[in-house]
Amino acid sequence: MSTAPHQHRLAVGIDLGTTNSLVATVRSGLSTVLLDDQGRALLPSVVHYLEAGKVEVGYSAQLQQSQDSQNTIASAKRFLGRGLKDIGDTSHMPYRFVEAPGMVQVETRAGIKSPVEISAEILKTLKSRAEQALGGQLTGAVITVPAYFDDAQRQATKDAARLAGLNVLRLLNEPTAAAVAYGLDNASEGIYIIYDLGGGTFDVSILRLSKGVFEVLSTNGDSALGGDDFDRRIFCWILEQSGMQLLSPADTRLLLTKAREAKEWLTEHASANITALLSNGELIDLNLSQEVFHALSQQLISRTLTPLRKALRDAQLDISDVKGIVMVGGATRMPQIQQAVAEFFGQAPLTNLDPDKVVALGAAIQANVLAGNRSDDDLLLLDVIPLSLGLETMGGLVEKVIPRNSTLPLARAQDFTTFKDGQTAMSIHVLQGERELVTDCRSLGRFELRGIPPMAAGAARIRVTFQVDADGLLSVSAREQTSGVEANIVVKPSYGLSEEDIIGMLRSSFNSAAADKEARALQEARVDAARLLEAIEAALAKDGDALLNAEEKQIIESEAYKLRMLMGAEDSTAIHQAVEALNHATETFAARRMDASVKQALAGQTLNTLEI
Amino acid sequence: MSDFLKNHFELLGLAPRFEINNAELDQSYRKIQAEVHPDKFVAGTSTERMQSMQWATQANEAYRTLKNPTARARYLLHLQGVDTEEENNTAMPAEFLMLQMEWREKTEEASHDKDIGALDAMLKEMLSKSAELQADLQTALDQEQAWQTAAEIVRKLSFIDKIRYDVEHEITKLED
Repeated sequence: MSTAPHQHRLAVGIDLGTTNSLVATVRSGLSTVLLDDQGRALLPSVVHYLEAGKVEVGYSAQLQQSQDSQNTIASAKRFLGRGLKDIGDTSHMPYRFVEAPGMVQVETRAGIKSPVEISAEILKTLKSRAEQALGGQLTGAVITVPAYFDDAQRQATKDAARLAGLNVLRLLNEPTAAAVAYGLDNASEGIYIIYDLGGGTFDVSILRLSKGVFEVLSTNGDSALGGDDFDRRIFCWILEQSGMQLLSPADTRLLLTKAREAKEWLTEHASANITALLSNGELIDLNLSQEVFHALSQQLISRTLTPLRKALRDAQLDISDVKGIVMVGGATRMPQIQQAVAEFFGQAPLTNLDPDKVVALGAAIQANVLAGNRSDDDLLLLDVIPLSLGLETMGGLVEKVIPRNSTLPLARAQDFTTFKDGQTAMSIHVLQGERELVTDCRSLGRFELRGIPPMAAGAARIRVTFQVDADGLLSVSAREQTSGVEANIVVKPSYGLSEEDIIGMLRSSFNSAAADKEARALQEARVDAARLLEAIEAALAKDGDALLNAEEKQIIESEAYKLRMLMGAEDSTAIHQAVEALNHATETFAARRMDASVKQALAGQTLNTLEI
Repeated sequence: MSDFLKNHFELLGLAPRFEINNAELDQSYRKIQAEVHPDKFVAGTSTERMQSMQWATQANEAYRTLKNPTARARYLLHLQGVDTEEENNTAMPAEFLMLQMEWREKTEEASHDKDIGALDAMLKEMLSKSAELQADLQTALDQEQAWQTAAEIVRKLSFIDKIRYDVEHEITKLED
């Protein structure tokens, strides 16, 4: 209802994966993965920093992993929004980690790189692949994240996209994207489980599909379990069998690659030969049978069943309620996994879409809807927040304010009071996680509410409001509500990048005028203004006469005229002000349109039309 | 100034009663979200996006409240100006207090024995007690307008919700 008829907007879905990344788009009504100039769909999520500021991404970078492992970063997604202690055991990783506030960084020959910058390189590569294939600038992208990603990881993903110059239409949970890909093809209704075993993360989501609405009922998972762990099991088995202990980083990479190849081979063969020549001249020559591999991976597989049970309980469902299971992620090709899932649910999982591509395909469908390209506009995703949000209270305990699996967007307020006479400031510590102790949860940020008027202990009424938007991103505000005195602040969690950070990083990577602050601001202001004018013209054409009187309509048209006159000017501030003024002038109109559309949707609803 | 400031029942187009048609509730909710969700306003003006977020947030809050029987009853009483006093009114009939103690003891015993089956059985027992109380609530709220009786039942249900949460938490811990 908010967009006018227009030309097809170029929008893509991006699956930013731990091991591989993909980009897809909807062409002639069909979601398709875009290929590189050599016809390959997957882009290995590997970034190699070379001499003289050069960067290579993908297969060419992957080839350098053994030779130049310290400067070739794989699986950077595991580090997004994480501190060193969150990552766990780093002894098998060849990188030089640098601890930094909020997020770990990696030292390379191109300098210290944050996982956000590394991920941005992958996104840039996919962006240019898409722009080449589609022949134009992208309007925007839907980027997928594991459903279990916390606020820090989501914020970092969004920052990486901004750094890559992508307009993020929405962050979408990977399992939801997979369901979108399957749901539309199969027109399925009912309860579906999405079992997503990627390279580095395991996610399970329970969705209810009905009449184009995708509702996430619950999510669960393990952010440190993935296909890579199966490689590691084989790797450890190789070491055991050959009686080796310490290896050079290059030999480690080599054997991990051999382990991965063996794993993939065993999907369709009874046994795999593993041969490798190590740097000290030693020859590895082993044979791994499917049986032994199944035994090696048994414990990893059973680790995926616990989150499944938890997700079912959260959604108050039994195994018998499940209509189908969607398999996502290359690791689900392993026959022992398909078998374990089939045994658990008493039915074979769905595998007719390529498990490597299904997430990108679904993201592209959603991107197409969000960009306004679909006329039948009947797809609606209702996503949930994956982890509870809370505040620190006395004794290092966490008080939950928003329970996990609440539907987005949402807001929740909680009242607090002062505990000392004359107290004028209060510290607020925001946490995410399910555990009771502050130390067991993820700290999203601390902030201080100052300027509380001095009063007796317990007299102040401080309302802390959490607002979580449709991307699952949080902002917190606090306000003291007595005696008309108000203090009000909004925090962005500390690990998010500021506009200055982004520009700084753009400068250092491009060193070009495009990163100039004013030029960027002007360009953004113009894009903003054009979008606003387009949206308002469409709204006026559709509902202007029905919902506005002549005078009201005239006010909006005159503000729109003023903005249009400024479009050519080189003054971002003036454009910005005119945009604000026009936005302000349309508040009542927008509210009436919203009310009217809801009234119309609910009108004529009688009990006999409500059978489902 | 906008319709989203209506009360939850009005917003979802339902009569303010405890007994509701769940299918009707689900459908109204989805119809509203289909109109107001932020996904529909990605290309909208910032005013539209802000109002869409407020509407969608409000619709989620209304749906969450009305979907859950305890929250729905609490909300109906709130509309009548009756506070359920769950924080400070802990007076309960002796019989219910006995039941509470029995459940607490059984939970401790089952957790100690790591008996997930026993905990699951307790969850079922609590759910069936909740269903009984909900039937009483319907009489008190929809037929007799007996607000104080209803408030006491809400306090009982709220207690059962709490212990159910604890039992579920125990099961999760045992499974890890």
